[in-house]
Amino acid sequence: MTTIFGIPLQALLGQLLIGLINGSFYALLSLGLAIIFGLLRVINFAHGAQYMLGAFIAWLLLAHFGIGYWPALILAPLLVGLIGAIIECTMLRRLYSLDPLYGLLFTFGLALTIEGTFRYLYGASGQPYATPALLTGGANLGFMFLPIYRGWAIVFSLFICIGTWLLIEKTKLGSYLRAATENPVLVQSFGINVPLLLTLTYGLGATLAALAGVLAAPIYQVSPLMGSNIIIVVFAVVVVGGMGSIMGAIVTGYLLGVAEGLTKVFYPEASNIVIFVIMAIVLLLRPAGLFGRDA
Amino acid sequence: MHKKLIATLAMVLASSTAAMAGASDGKIKIGILNDQSGVYADFGGKSSYEAALMAVEDFGGKVLGVPVEVVTADHQNKPDIASNIARQWYDTEEVDSIMELTSSSVALAVQALSKEKKRITINTGAATTELTGKQCSPYGFHWAYDTHALAVGTGGALVKQGGDSWFFLTADYAFGYSLEENTGNYVKENGGTVVGAVRHPLATTDFSSFLLQAQSSGAKVIGLANAGLDTSNAIKQAAEFGIVQGGQRLAALLFTLAEVHGLGLEAAQGLTLTEGFYWNRNEESAKFGKRFMERTGKMPNMVHAGTYSAVTQYLKAIEKAGTDDADAVSKELHAMPVNDVFAQNGTVAPNGRMIHDMYLLEVKKPEESKEPWDYFKVLATIPGKEAFIDPAQSGCELVKS
Repeated sequence: MTTIFGIPLQALLGQLLIGLINGSFYALLSLGLAIIFGLLRVINFAHGAQYMLGAFIAWLLLAHFGIGYWPALILAPLLVGLIGAIIECTMLRRLYSLDPLYGLLFTFGLALTIEGTFRYLYGASGQPYATPALLTGGANLGFMFLPIYRGWAIVFSLFICIGTWLLIEKTKLGSYLRAATENPVLVQSFGINVPLLLTLTYGLGATLAALAGVLAAPIYQVSPLMGSNIIIVVFAVVVVGGMGSIMGAIVTGYLLGVAEGLTKVFYPEASNIVIFVIMAIVLLLRPAGLFGRDA
Repeated sequence: MHKKLIATLAMVLASSTAAMAGASDGKIKIGILNDQSGVYADFGGKSSYEAALMAVEDFGGKVLGVPVEVVTADHQNKPDIASNIARQWYDTEEVDSIMELTSSSVALAVQALSKEKKRITINTGAATTELTGKQCSPYGFHWAYDTHALAVGTGGALVKQGGDSWFFLTADYAFGYSLEENTGNYVKENGGTVVGAVRHPLATTDFSSFLLQAQSSGAKVIGLANAGLDTSNAIKQAAEFGIVQGGQRLAALLFTLAEVHGLGLEAAQGLTLTEGFYWNRNEESAKFGKRFMERTGKMPNMVHAGTYSAVTQYLKAIEKAGTDDADAVSKELHAMPVNDVFAQNGTVAPNGRMIHDMYLLEVKKPEESKEPWDYFKVLATIPGKEAFIDPAQSGCELVKS
């Protein structure tokens, strides 16, 4: 059997694929963060909580209303997006004129409040969420047994990432958004409702986080801690990709997922710090991040 | 000036160590220190605090005529934070004893500190046999279970069923090493082999990569030497990757009622596990379980019931000793048999290990469960002498003297 550094090639391929699956969650989450930071200049620490909310709403819909995975995949993100929009309108908006630190502290407090509430209500152990019937089972790829649901997670997140990138970079609405953050006064004077655009942006970021949450529910337990477990890694992804760079967030998400996967084969003890080591190296060599433009 | 200061200090020290009969400060204070927000928050958590309160209320709220108070704090699974809290409790808040102490690294740190400060610790949440082994303390007690009991119980059952080659997924800290070592030794002593192990960080959310390594190892049994949410996630993801269908068995070495509840019977059915307590075992335990349920909304596992037992026994020991002085109370704790809802005819060995029966349990199929929280079948009772290390072999220096 062919081996690379003592690891059979087949096992390596399996680990690469698993890295890509985890990477797709990193990509989806860092995408939302990058959009919010890039357009609003807000460091959204509540992103993990919004991811957790997405998963929890999907679980609540199933447990209390019998609404299954597919409707929840649309309903839960929309609901969280709406909550995000309300938060932006009523609270976050007041902080734009202040130092970005205030936005960070506000969203951090928000995250702690939301997570604390859910932990109080539902405990720290996760709630089980069954894989939808259509996507159960797995396929033998020869080098590994791939659960169909995980395959779906890669395809779906790739689709959403590309779709969001096109929306912001290639559509008229996207160009308004970008313009509104570049020079809000000028854009407003053209008769475009800038505050509404900003609300939509924050709502979109929250929606993306919740979408990742619903996607994660059948794989991980639906737990109040799921957001805080992943959020720090996602921040590292955004920093490595270049703060605010949307394409950077997506590509780095997948890349770091793979890097983490490979570490789990060669030196598992380091698997939860490898991303931060990479972050430190990137910051030393390219402070603006891999895809960032130097300010 | 200096001399005067030193003399005063000496007097204060002398008066505090010369324990007079009765409670020294007009109050008995017990601290419940554990993880209340992380991976072990349901394993012990706030419910252990409730169990301690229940024990104090059942005891009448007073001992030696002074009130008993229970305080609690979250150590976040960090030994440094735990040591700071313990130090503060002892130095400024006059806490007499610290209990529960989930997470082995924390338990070892706090037990060592308490030995130095001459205060009693009764550990119900942590698992490592080190607590009553090389790092034992004359003031340290280990109450509910330990990694040896888990190895003998769950490990033993699977070896008997033909699981003779093992691969471990191990939590990367004191507890995981202890559990892996105890179980590995047990497997080897019984003619089996350990083909490999992989260490994962505490609070891992994605186990797929580790599971894939376990899968390709070809071992018959994959031993999960972890606990709490880590174990639940590993089991759930193992199902996704078709590990059990592929003919390998999972051994959840530390798994309790709380985690089964979180995972659901659908995913947990058929697992074999070892606990020191099951609420639906007899009438008395069921009655205790229901009272606990009314307070906390959940049924107790061995950590909760063990904490109830530990607090009760501690208060009994103070009553018998007629003082809260740690040396006198420790002597009583070592001498008194333990008979309560948790342990029947339990004894405390010179190394601090409370020796009592453990139960080998199997998780029911969803259709077998007749009421909420009716999760286990009792497969066997493991006598205390088999479940726990012979104190003379434990490596604890207190045993020989």
